[in-house]
Amino acid sequence: MDDLDALEARSIFILREAYRRIRPLGMLWSIGKDSTALLWLARKAFIGRIPFPVSLLDTGMEFPEVYAFRDELIAAWGLDYRNAECPPESSVDQTLPPGGRAAARKTEGLKLLIARERWRGVILGIRRDEQATRAKDRIFSPRAADGSWNFADQPPEFWDYYQTDVPDGAHLRVHPLLHWTEIDIWRYHKRENIPFCSLYLARDGYRFRSLGEKNITVPVRSQAASLDEIIAELASTSAPERAGRTMDHESEDAFERLRSGGYM
Amino acid sequence: MKTFAVVFTGHVDHGKSTLVARLLLDTGYFTDGKLAELEAAAQRRGVPLEISFLLDSFQVERDQAVTIDATRIWFSSATRRYAIIDAPGHREFVRHMVSGAADALAAVVVVDAVEGIGEQTRRHALLLPLVGVTRAIVAINKMDAIGFDAARYARIVADVRAGFGQTGLELVAAVPTVARDGDNVVTRSARIPWYDGPTLLGALEALDERAALHAPVRFPVHDVYRRDDERILVGNLDGGRVEAGMTLVFSPTRDSARVTRIVRFPESGLPALAGEAFGFTLDQPIFIGPGDVASDERDVPHVADALDATIFWLDRAPLEIGEHVRMRCGTRDVTAVVDRIGGVIDIETFYERPASSLLRNDIAQVTLRGLQPFVVDPHPAQLSRFALYRGDAVGGGGIVRTIVAERATRRRSSPDVASLVAPGVSAADRSRRYGHRGIVVWLTGLPSAGKSTLAARAAAALFADGWFAYVLDGDTLRSGLSGDLGFSAADRIENARRVGEVAALFADAGCIALVAVVSPRPPKHSWRCS
Repeated sequence: MDDLDALEARSIFILREAYRRIRPLGMLWSIGKDSTALLWLARKAFIGRIPFPVSLLDTGMEFPEVYAFRDELIAAWGLDYRNAECPPESSVDQTLPPGGRAAARKTEGLKLLIARERWRGVILGIRRDEQATRAKDRIFSPRAADGSWNFADQPPEFWDYYQTDVPDGAHLRVHPLLHWTEIDIWRYHKRENIPFCSLYLARDGYRFRSLGEKNITVPVRSQAASLDEIIAELASTSAPERAGRTMDHESEDAFERLRSGGYM
Repeated sequence: MKTFAVVFTGHVDHGKSTLVARLLLDTGYFTDGKLAELEAAAQRRGVPLEISFLLDSFQVERDQAVTIDATRIWFSSATRRYAIIDAPGHREFVRHMVSGAADALAAVVVVDAVEGIGEQTRRHALLLPLVGVTRAIVAINKMDAIGFDAARYARIVADVRAGFGQTGLELVAAVPTVARDGDNVVTRSARIPWYDGPTLLGALEALDERAALHAPVRFPVHDVYRRDDERILVGNLDGGRVEAGMTLVFSPTRDSARVTRIVRFPESGLPALAGEAFGFTLDQPIFIGPGDVASDERDVPHVADALDATIFWLDRAPLEIGEHVRMRCGTRDVTAVVDRIGGVIDIETFYERPASSLLRNDIAQVTLRGLQPFVVDPHPAQLSRFALYRGDAVGGGGIVRTIVAERATRRRSSPDVASLVAPGVSAADRSRRYGHRGIVVWLTGLPSAGKSTLAARAAAALFADGWFAYVLDGDTLRSGLSGDLGFSAADRIENARRVGEVAALFADAGCIALVAVVSPRPPKHSWRCS
């Protein structure tokens, strides 16, 4: 067992635990590197057949390459895909900065999706090392009926024992990748030969390190045009992963407020 | 690159977050924007930059300068990668500490040089070995506040050593530090010339990974999936190795069966190693489900009715003697009664004081009695660690110390086990001879329901088609094998047990055993009918 084997085994346990104890259950797939790796882990956990639906919170603003990659994988892996359209930009608070508006649309889109599908649990590919409030989240993280997160009173989690039920109307966010880091994800992509969207690879000196909507995500300077080069780049960089995501930087506690209100 | 997880604990305000932040800063961890972001935040508040701002991510944590919940952060030294778990020290947040520490291989305990060992420090020293952390480095912090006094430092270290002595936490190193300024964190301090031990990072680097203890095969069955008419048992292997052809014993029933195939996606086949998540199929359709534990037939876990445990209680509402809780160990849930509270451990004296209930954050010795059989191993072992649920909430957890009442389990003789006794004729040999394998068909129902008639007709039809079939009739067996039994509840159960054993032997011999016995009430126990 190397470190990737250990990370994988723990994630598979979490996925199976979620499926065993929480129904109805669904998964968010942002089409990015993390949730695509998570889809692959779900195929492993459930021996080839993912037994729950997967959804993209669709703002209509993803890059064309992202949509094309999505459609390819739905067909190749036989996914039960259910698109989750987010409410239009005109419906959210217009005083928010652009990144905040996109996040608000997704937060609302997730609420609508959970209500429509009656999900009691939703699986997401967030990681602790991405962002400081995510670092403090739980693997099985309860959310109130309005989607809000009470971070000051989280249930205990130890030795793979989790709290897996919530009151009616509330739901659980399940985070099987919480203990992975960005470089782990890419090393795992390489080892398992998991497909990923081409936008992560450098073209003309730039690549996307974190993929969001096209109006609020900017590429970073990079020469990494292959998986090996991405892994080498991450081993030496000191730039944060979400530097290209404008929503994180619009105010000091921008991301905390987004997450307290129900963002992923 | 393996990750070495270390939990940082300490009494509130002893400087734990600052120490972690200093360690990260001085190993070049911080990303470009992070420091500038926080300098700006400090400027807005008109306060000097606190290094702990880097870790305390919630607004309220920065405003009140406290850590609310355990965080996790990664950094690399020249030799390996570390995962730092920064756990809050306030008394009311012990559950977060437990959540954080359960993954760690060692602890760094931060002690304020002025205040010395605090209540939280003692509590953590008790809790850490409970969650599996047995080694600690102690940082005696804020050395500047005691004028870098070597004698005072030595007294505090002696206090810490005495305090830890009774907890099972091993003090592997003590380091005098000033986290705020970086003394002896990563770089050696010129202000503490009398200290010639390692820096904090040096002490961390000296810790070995401690190879996992040699562990027997333990596979808590997590779930059962059906794929293409196969029943696949899935789970994570806690210890040992499992491969096709191996005979596994399942507890608590002690049924056994042979592994026919290791199942994985996308490729199946190779043996499975400790720690791995995988699935397998069995050669016999024995009744196994989530919560059962597979093991090697030579080293099985305990099946117990009562056990002594050390537990930590985390729920706001106290745990009372006589209360029913759900004990989850591995993947198995057992309804348990708190039979006895042997004593709550006093964190000042480490003596146990009597109590009739456990308050939040109490650590105590208790006796738990199961309404169903427990399947456990005594500490130290993966299957000694459990959680206690009250309703759907995790109320506490603990480790199994000793088995108080072992459940009488008889070793079931499966065809494979029997063939060990009489080598030469295996179940496979028999099924080749007869063209089918042995099974038990159990016909149950009230008197005069037609069981015997149905069994006799079925046996005749099977026999006519070339099958080796035989009827085990209740009345016939009553006149001989169970001639000493009456019709009391206990005798009925004993009769059913005997019939079950005889039927299992017939099946072992390759026969289709059709059992017809009266079942006036639902069976209280289930016997193997493989």
